[in-house]
Amino acid sequence: MKLLKLVPDDTNVKFLRWRLPFYIVSLILMAASWGAVATNGLNLGVDFVGGQMIRATFVESAEAPVAELRDDIAGLGYGAPIIQRFGQPNEVSIRMRLPEGEDAAQVKNLADQMTNAIVGEMEASYPGVRIDGVDSVSGKVSGELFETGMLALLAAMVAIAIYIWVRFEWQFGIGALFALVHDVSLTLGLFALTQMEFDLNIVAAILAIIGYSLNDTIVVYDRIRENLKKYRKMPMEELLDLSVNETLARTVMTSLTTLMVLLALMFVGPASTFGFAAAIAFGIFVGTYSSIYMAAPILIWLRVNADSFVPTESATDKQEKIARGEV
Amino acid sequence: MLDFPRWKRLWLWAITLIGVAAAVPSLTMLAGQPWPSALPDPEINLGLDLAGGSHILLEADTAQVRDLRIEAMEEDVRRAMREADPAIEIGDISTADGRLSFMVEQETQVDAAREILLPMTEGVGLTGQRDWTIRVVDGQRFIFEPTDAGLEQAVENAMDTATDVVRRRIDELGTREPTIIRQGDDRIVVQVPGLDDPQKLKALLGQTAKLEFKLVDQTALPSDVAQGIVPPGSQILPFAEDGRGQGSIAVKRLGGIQGDQLTNAQQGYDQNGSPVVNITFNQEGGRKFAALTTANVGKPFAIILDGEVLSAPNINEPILGGSAQISGGFSVDSANALAISLRSGALPIDLQVVEERTVGPDLGADSIRKGVLALMIGGTAVLAFMFVSYGRFGLYANAAIFLNVLIILGIMAVLGTTLTLPGIAGFVLTIGTAVDANVLINERIREERRRGRRVVQAVEVGYREAQRAIIDANVTNVIAGVLLFLFGSGPIRGFAIVLIIGIVTSVFTAVTMTRMWVAGYLRKHRPSDLNI
Repeated sequence: MKLLKLVPDDTNVKFLRWRLPFYIVSLILMAASWGAVATNGLNLGVDFVGGQMIRATFVESAEAPVAELRDDIAGLGYGAPIIQRFGQPNEVSIRMRLPEGEDAAQVKNLADQMTNAIVGEMEASYPGVRIDGVDSVSGKVSGELFETGMLALLAAMVAIAIYIWVRFEWQFGIGALFALVHDVSLTLGLFALTQMEFDLNIVAAILAIIGYSLNDTIVVYDRIRENLKKYRKMPMEELLDLSVNETLARTVMTSLTTLMVLLALMFVGPASTFGFAAAIAFGIFVGTYSSIYMAAPILIWLRVNADSFVPTESATDKQEKIARGEV
Repeated sequence: MLDFPRWKRLWLWAITLIGVAAAVPSLTMLAGQPWPSALPDPEINLGLDLAGGSHILLEADTAQVRDLRIEAMEEDVRRAMREADPAIEIGDISTADGRLSFMVEQETQVDAAREILLPMTEGVGLTGQRDWTIRVVDGQRFIFEPTDAGLEQAVENAMDTATDVVRRRIDELGTREPTIIRQGDDRIVVQVPGLDDPQKLKALLGQTAKLEFKLVDQTALPSDVAQGIVPPGSQILPFAEDGRGQGSIAVKRLGGIQGDQLTNAQQGYDQNGSPVVNITFNQEGGRKFAALTTANVGKPFAIILDGEVLSAPNINEPILGGSAQISGGFSVDSANALAISLRSGALPIDLQVVEERTVGPDLGADSIRKGVLALMIGGTAVLAFMFVSYGRFGLYANAAIFLNVLIILGIMAVLGTTLTLPGIAGFVLTIGTAVDANVLINERIREERRRGRRVVQAVEVGYREAQRAIIDANVTNVIAGVLLFLFGSGPIRGFAIVLIIGIVTSVFTAVTMTRMWVAGYLRKHRPSDLNI
């Protein structure tokens, strides 16, 4: 049987030649992402800002009547809803701010009344609507969720950078961390730009992206380390190119297989995982790119060279060698 | 590297088979088939997002504990002073500012009072810690302040009791397999699968159900009460929204009866056909109730629920039978809820719903179906792709992925962890990483063959060299997974569990198992070339 080879043997693409322009483009994209987050803001779900979210499916229609629904609910006098389609075109999420009240108990009561009014209105005006779920998160809890979510992200990034520093060299730790910051920034930028809902699931998705991107970076770094020991005289740029090329077939294969599963999850899977799967799919592109163009070139600028992995010989080592007759 | 003696092979297969066997009940369940009840069934728990149901996070108002303790202490002190021989008169009692202070009227009795009061401040625990600090200022004024340690212990006890009460109330609803766990210092998580109407549940949990009977202070002028002027020794309470009365009413703070000494509470109807709750006291409660009603015939007493007056009827005659009827504008539902709450006991502390998530059962079933379908389509595509790319070695990788998914399911079922929607996404990612391990290995073998290594050597080097990167990548992923689990909540945890288990099992299947199969193939067929 003739086997499929997506990447020909012994490729020799000069990836690193274009490192400077790519770096500039990436830095611009990162800045743009943060700009988008600052100006557009993230469309934070009830997990993070508190409030009520009602999910509903218009079982009998192909598409949810979003505009009508918005007017109807606004007409109830609880303020304007944020209505979004998610997953299928006939599935919507309706988000409302928590009503003002004197204390937590009163807010909760008012919120319940509000939810009942909205659900009642929907069931009366739209036959064939199915209420799929109601989430209600108080301001206090949402604040905690946001804090712990961000803490988890930060802790994961730092712990991983430390591990790589220990296993490789400090330059690699910085390179990996930088690639991660790049990936996370761009993903946040995507969410700021598209205004897809940003909730706890997306934090999980970003952590998955971190895991994936890191996996990629480690594979490339591992090969760089191996080649640094093997080809002591090779110029750094050439060596990095060689390492990236040698791992290229693997990079392409793995990205493709993971994308296959993610695409299936996006288009066949349940609506509530759409944002999650889309985020990871995007992250795979960015993560693969960043392993090649962010994580590798930074090693040149941080002056990694063939001596980085040769342990400096200690006096005892030397004596042992002499004793073994190697010197 | 390629040496697999028989005992090693047997071990590897045994581990694999146990993992796969543990997954069978869960698979049957996911396929919608019943599992024979005679067999052991470590089924995987489905999260509420998949099974449908309600998740409710309750938070206790811990500040309340201090007030309640001070109030209780006041009553204890009064009784102790009254019962002392000779009785010690106290006055100018205040419970403001989080402490209890009072004057001993006769200076000569201060020492006697101290002797009686001191033992009352000791903690019940074995820690030897005092629950209260006690001071005497200006010679005659005693000041009691609860210590932090004592308060903490009290909150702890209140939360334990509250958790029990919540469990009893939910059990009365008759739903299947509710989960009720304490979380942190002041929270309780309630998860009830398959519940359509969370309103009923919330109504039940939102009610403290603290029932009290107190005498109405008839000396208080209605005009004073309306202005909120409190007569000494009394307190002003509002009427409940649907209660039998308007505005508020003054009742005597002390000398009432707590409604916690009940043996039963049932919803019933009064002579007019309105819903009421019939309660039956236990022996001690009945005795107290009889004494109160005997001593106060002709006077009104207030029936108070959670600080609101339901009604304030006159005591027409002593009530000696140990049972009473509570009316107060109930509907059948609310009378029922109150009866359940009274039966299961009052919450020692107010609970508030701070987070609530409900998923309809239709959506849950839909999510499982679509999630599993997506996994199957995506998985099949990956398997096909692996086969076309690596031939025989792709088949080994595919078998490894297949076993991996089953073993993850099996381990989750045995550990009793919960599969959530993000957990399914975790499966997807795990398949991705598991495939990656085999891609790394196979690409490396290709490469070594190209460089002219002989078959056995190429395979050995391939596994050895690839393993380093695989281990590094997996350790970092485990770090991320563990941090996710520690810091994350809800969906993040569901994802982290699958990720952590999946990483460990994928190294086992994708590296160890495939190596065993490849070694078997090499030994049996001794190929001179590899189609890879």
